Amino acid sequence: MLHKQEAGRQETVKIGMQGVHVYYGAYHALKGVEVAVPEKQVMAWIGPSGCGKSTCLKTINRMNDLVAGTRVTGTVTLDGEDVYDPRTDVTVLRRRAGMVFQKANPFPMSVYENVAYGPKIHGVRRRSQLDGVVEQSLRAAALWEEVKGRLKKPALGLSGGQQQRLCIARALAVQPEVLLMDEPTSALDPVSTLKIEELMHTLRKQYTVILVTHNLQQALRVADQTVFFLSGEVVESGSTKRLFESPRDDRTKRYLSGRFG
Amino acid sequence: MADKTLYQKKIRLGDGLLKGSIYAAAALTFTVLLGLMGYLLVRGLPHISWGFLSHTYSETDPQQNGILPMLLNTLYVVGITVLIAGPVGIASAVYLTQYAKQGRFVAIVRFAAEVLSGIPSILFGLFGYTVFCQLLRLGTSLLAGCLTMALCVLPTLIRTTEEALLSVPRLYTQGAMALGAGKLRVILGILLPNAMPGILTALVLTMGRIVGESAALLFTAGMSYGMPRGVFSHAMESGRTLTLHLYQTAREAATPDAMNVAFGTAAVLLILIFLLNRIAWLLGKVLKKGES
Ligand SMILES: Nc1ncnc2c1ncn2[C@@H]1O[C@H](COP(=O)(O)OP(=O)(O)O)[C@@H](O)[C@H]1O
Ligand SMILES: [Mg+2]
Repeated sequence: MLHKQEAGRQETVKIGMQGVHVYYGAYHALKGVEVAVPEKQVMAWIGPSGCGKSTCLKTINRMNDLVAGTRVTGTVTLDGEDVYDPRTDVTVLRRRAGMVFQKANPFPMSVYENVAYGPKIHGVRRRSQLDGVVEQSLRAAALWEEVKGRLKKPALGLSGGQQQRLCIARALAVQPEVLLMDEPTSALDPVSTLKIEELMHTLRKQYTVILVTHNLQQALRVADQTVFFLSGEVVESGSTKRLFESPRDDRTKRYLSGRFG
Repeated sequence: MADKTLYQKKIRLGDGLLKGSIYAAAALTFTVLLGLMGYLLVRGLPHISWGFLSHTYSETDPQQNGILPMLLNTLYVVGITVLIAGPVGIASAVYLTQYAKQGRFVAIVRFAAEVLSGIPSILFGLFGYTVFCQLLRLGTSLLAGCLTMALCVLPTLIRTTEEALLSVPRLYTQGAMALGAGKLRVILGILLPNAMPGILTALVLTMGRIVGESAALLFTAGMSYGMPRGVFSHAMESGRTLTLHLYQTAREAATPDAMNVAFGTAAVLLILIFLLNRIAWLLGKVLKKGES
């Protein structure tokens, strides 16, 4: 699927959202969202708290399925295939679109077991193969050097920043194509935040990343594209540089200058 | 009113009275409980000996005043009942918390469990007698007793297991789901292992409950004090547990030192239950520590 970009370049759309509405019971949380996420780029989603960013993110890997009373309409596609098609295998979908949560949530197991959990459930059994995946994933999450001597130690003994990178490693271990990151640094100290931001720069070479953030500077630092959400709607989207330098919508302008949200 | 000093000038009478009565109530409770346990142990412990624990019993032969068959029957009932009620209880709790649509049906089941956990166990005994002993023709047997006991402990077991399952942080199950793990896998690999300390504690406390139960077994497992002859054949035989032995010896006073036997049995029961509670506590502590 091809999509015309502002710069005139043609890029592959990895994830498409057309007319997406989400209802929590009677509450209308998303009101016709349209987003095209280009492949192998980092796209930031910004907007005031409660505007529906997390909700929108969860429609992609169908984590909304787990919330009773949630209804989703419209189309969400991954590589052009409808995520909500009855034939969709949610297991495969979630393997291809990994998620990193706001609060680091390593399992109460060893560092090694945390990373190996995903590959194991997807059928990797051979020890040597698992060892390889674990090391590779931890390296990709820039955590290997810090934990290689304590792979058998409980993951909950790691620092907050390390735990979050462990969660990234855990997500990478199932070889996803997309990473959905919901405010991954909002609970971290500046040094850990910096490490994860640096990580984004390498991740974009291989993965399509959506980064929900309330930190505008972070969006500016790491995102190629930015989407501004407000009250369950997309107000404006475009290249990060363009959106920050010359916002077209007055509400975007006001939000960027810190006048609401 | 303009108070010139912050310090209290006098203790208010009402406060003093309230505090006094709370202390008195607590003191009374502890005295009674400790007195009760003390009395049972003082009367019972001297009678506990290796012979008491390792010999058989006879109502007609005063020389045979051991409790070995009763001890074995008690362990038998505990073991078989937990084997029956454990899996059923855990599976039901998993169903109620993970699969059942949270609504009317689950609410009714929870209500029923609550009511059932509160009704006198003699009613379970009556039910067990008519259904297992008569209808299913198991007769007065340990198997009928164990099935009745299983029904008796299930409501509480389900509720405590549910609590253990619900206390597992959603972050863990969500994390596993987001990696593409199926529901069953999340339940087996994440939910149950993390709820295990709570579930094991519930099981051990259930064992304590079974050790202490008498009414539900009275009609169903019966009163035979014969020595068990085989593990499987014993299921179809009648057998009295320690609590029933205590009841029977104290009531009939068939032999001259029947009261000694009764108190000795009481002390053994007390020790068993104390040990089980201790184990539950230790389990909770050790397993909790293991996870971080
Ligand atoms: N499970 C839910 N049930 C009901 N309302 C919800 C639920 N989750 C989120 N909401 C509501 O939907 C709106 C969007 O929430 P969310 O997507 O979490 O916003 P954001 O991530 O942008 O802060 C909020 O008003 C929130 O209160
Ligand atoms: Mg959010």
